[in-house]
Amino acid sequence: MTTSFDERALATLPSRGELAQHDAAVWDLRRRRDAAAAEVPDWEALRERAAALKAFALDHLDELLVGFEQRARGAGAHVHWASDATALCRIVTELLAARGARRVVKSKSMLTEECGLNPHLAARGIEVVDTDLGERIVQLAGEPPSHLIVPAIHKTRREIGALFHRQMGTPEREDDPERLTRHARSDLRRRFLAADAGITGANFAVADTGSIVIVTNEGNADLGSSLPPLHVACLGIEKVVPALADLPVFLRLLARSATGQPISAYTSVLTGPRSGGELHIVLVDNGRSELLANPTHRSALACIRCGACLNTCPVYRRAGGHAYGTVIPGPIGSVLGPALGGKQGAELPHASTLCGSCSAVCPVKIDLHGQLLAWRGERHKPAHRERLLTRAAAIALRWPALRGAARALLRPLWPLLARRSPRNPAEPWLAVRELPPLPLQSFRAQWRAKRAASGASDSGPVSKPAGRPARSERNEP
Amino acid sequence: MNVSLFVPCYVDQLAPDVAWATLRVLERAGCQVHYDPEQGCCGQPFLNRGATREARRLARRHLERFAGADAIVAPSASCVATVRHRFTALGVGEGALAQTARTYELGEFLVRVLGTTQLGARFPYRVAVLQSCHGLRELGLGTPSEQVGESATHSPTDLLLRAVEDLALVAADRPDECCGFGGAFSVTHPTLSGRMGLARLRAFADAGAEYVTGTDVSCLLHLDGIRRREGFGPRAIHLAEILANGAVGGAQ
Repeated sequence: MTTSFDERALATLPSRGELAQHDAAVWDLRRRRDAAAAEVPDWEALRERAAALKAFALDHLDELLVGFEQRARGAGAHVHWASDATALCRIVTELLAARGARRVVKSKSMLTEECGLNPHLAARGIEVVDTDLGERIVQLAGEPPSHLIVPAIHKTRREIGALFHRQMGTPEREDDPERLTRHARSDLRRRFLAADAGITGANFAVADTGSIVIVTNEGNADLGSSLPPLHVACLGIEKVVPALADLPVFLRLLARSATGQPISAYTSVLTGPRSGGELHIVLVDNGRSELLANPTHRSALACIRCGACLNTCPVYRRAGGHAYGTVIPGPIGSVLGPALGGKQGAELPHASTLCGSCSAVCPVKIDLHGQLLAWRGERHKPAHRERLLTRAAAIALRWPALRGAARALLRPLWPLLARRSPRNPAEPWLAVRELPPLPLQSFRAQWRAKRAASGASDSGPVSKPAGRPARSERNEP
Repeated sequence: MNVSLFVPCYVDQLAPDVAWATLRVLERAGCQVHYDPEQGCCGQPFLNRGATREARRLARRHLERFAGADAIVAPSASCVATVRHRFTALGVGEGALAQTARTYELGEFLVRVLGTTQLGARFPYRVAVLQSCHGLRELGLGTPSEQVGESATHSPTDLLLRAVEDLALVAADRPDECCGFGGAFSVTHPTLSGRMGLARLRAFADAGAEYVTGTDVSCLLHLDGIRRREGFGPRAIHLAEILANGAVGGAQ
């Protein structure tokens, strides 16, 4: 019954050292978030406000999007609509081709990852350079990002040093983060200056001004959107918020939830193109309308991609982002996974203990663990063996007498079940822990024996055992 | 007060001592305890696996068996959380909201309903608490570490343990990190479940705990299974067993 998620977790963080390092690095983000949130006197009220604003925006998405489009056009931007990933890739390719653009600098956008834009453009001979440092690292390594905010958090500085040495000719064994960053920076600066076009994502689209808002810590989106003559911004239709006045609510929450910073280093509100440049905004659906129509799961569209649910998730921290096999990992990835496609869709909601910490940190109050539970019910397609087991167990647990009979059958087999063997059905439990000892009798049987001994009838509801029965078997090793 | 003892299915089968301890503690607190031997499972394992149909049937039967009870008390936070917060979504709790609201975790019932922590228990050991995630975040039995603001909620478990004679509470790093049991998760994702459990066990051991206690037998059995495999760390003991321990060494 071992799922491939568990196997992928083992492959992603195979050693104790890697596991400890990943867990500690990600937990540090959670710790920083706690400290930063505690500095805000009305944190919970702020979360409430953000959740309400997002709920309003999703309820009025159609009007807000049309309003955004009108005002963005009025400000001089071009607005395109892409129904799916294919449409996005086509629109961007055409925009680049019409201007003969061959070299593209790109800032972080989970949406373009979701739509496979990079490989699509690469196959057409267009050079795309990711300019967020973490994204650049995973691009050079030929890997997908493993975290929403910190794409290369699964890599050690030694690995990054070796990668830069191979790919950028940095000195061998150089693993000082500051010096490596300086190398990457000068390499990227050249590419920014030579780029024909810049592609960015956007964190918010503001309906009442037609602005897009881009938040980064490295300023790379600002260079990418202002140096080349063409700027293409790709965003999901759920990114629209009603008004510029709403923005502070989200900006106060976003960076604190993500990295514990009071605010990101760069927050750019772009209204129309820079002078002499072109701005194209592509609004992408790719399954979002369908999710919007789903009353149980629509609130997942409120996500502002802060990554707080990943940082607090004990499963994510010990599995690594690549175990998820989706563009967005962690609890929010497992919630969006079944809706926005992907092979792992049905499996991911089970990759959680439902501890609920994700829901408690979410700045827009998405009931993440409740949604994971709901997906489990909605996508319940057990294999034959599990279906039979489930039915049998449900019947036995309904009828205590049957449970007693099942126990009597199981009891002599218990020592065999405790023994490790590939054919033992208890092996998934035994893989990491011992089987608990099976007491001689269930509580129910002990209680009834006690009642019988004291001459009381079993049918009456009131029980008042005279005392505790002889200590039941509870073996300690 | 009349109390109906809700003995979760796995407690019935794997930890009858915990059910006896719960019964004794409730009696010591002055309750008349009723036990219906025909009770079944609340449906939690099925609900959490996505087997909604089976979960609904079990939930319905659970409500029938406990209909009319003044208070329903279980030594399991996660089962209580299922009854209180998930039955409605299953479509079975609506007509029984008063009943599900009268379903309590043992410590919660003692502290918040009966208003008592003094049970005359003695337990001369260093004890760490394994927080039940569902108790903490769904039943509000304490303040989760990620919660921000001043509205701190006292943990009934902590209050009860503080009142136990000679018991020394020890605090482990990351006070409410999940132990990785997670129901079916423990067998569908053994690597991750084991990694999480081992990390908790180590944190409790590093804190110098001799015992680790909690409100969920399932989490404790998982953790104790890891202890026996790895050969280190504190033994698991349910909160009810500590509270029922009136005489020196009685838990041994």
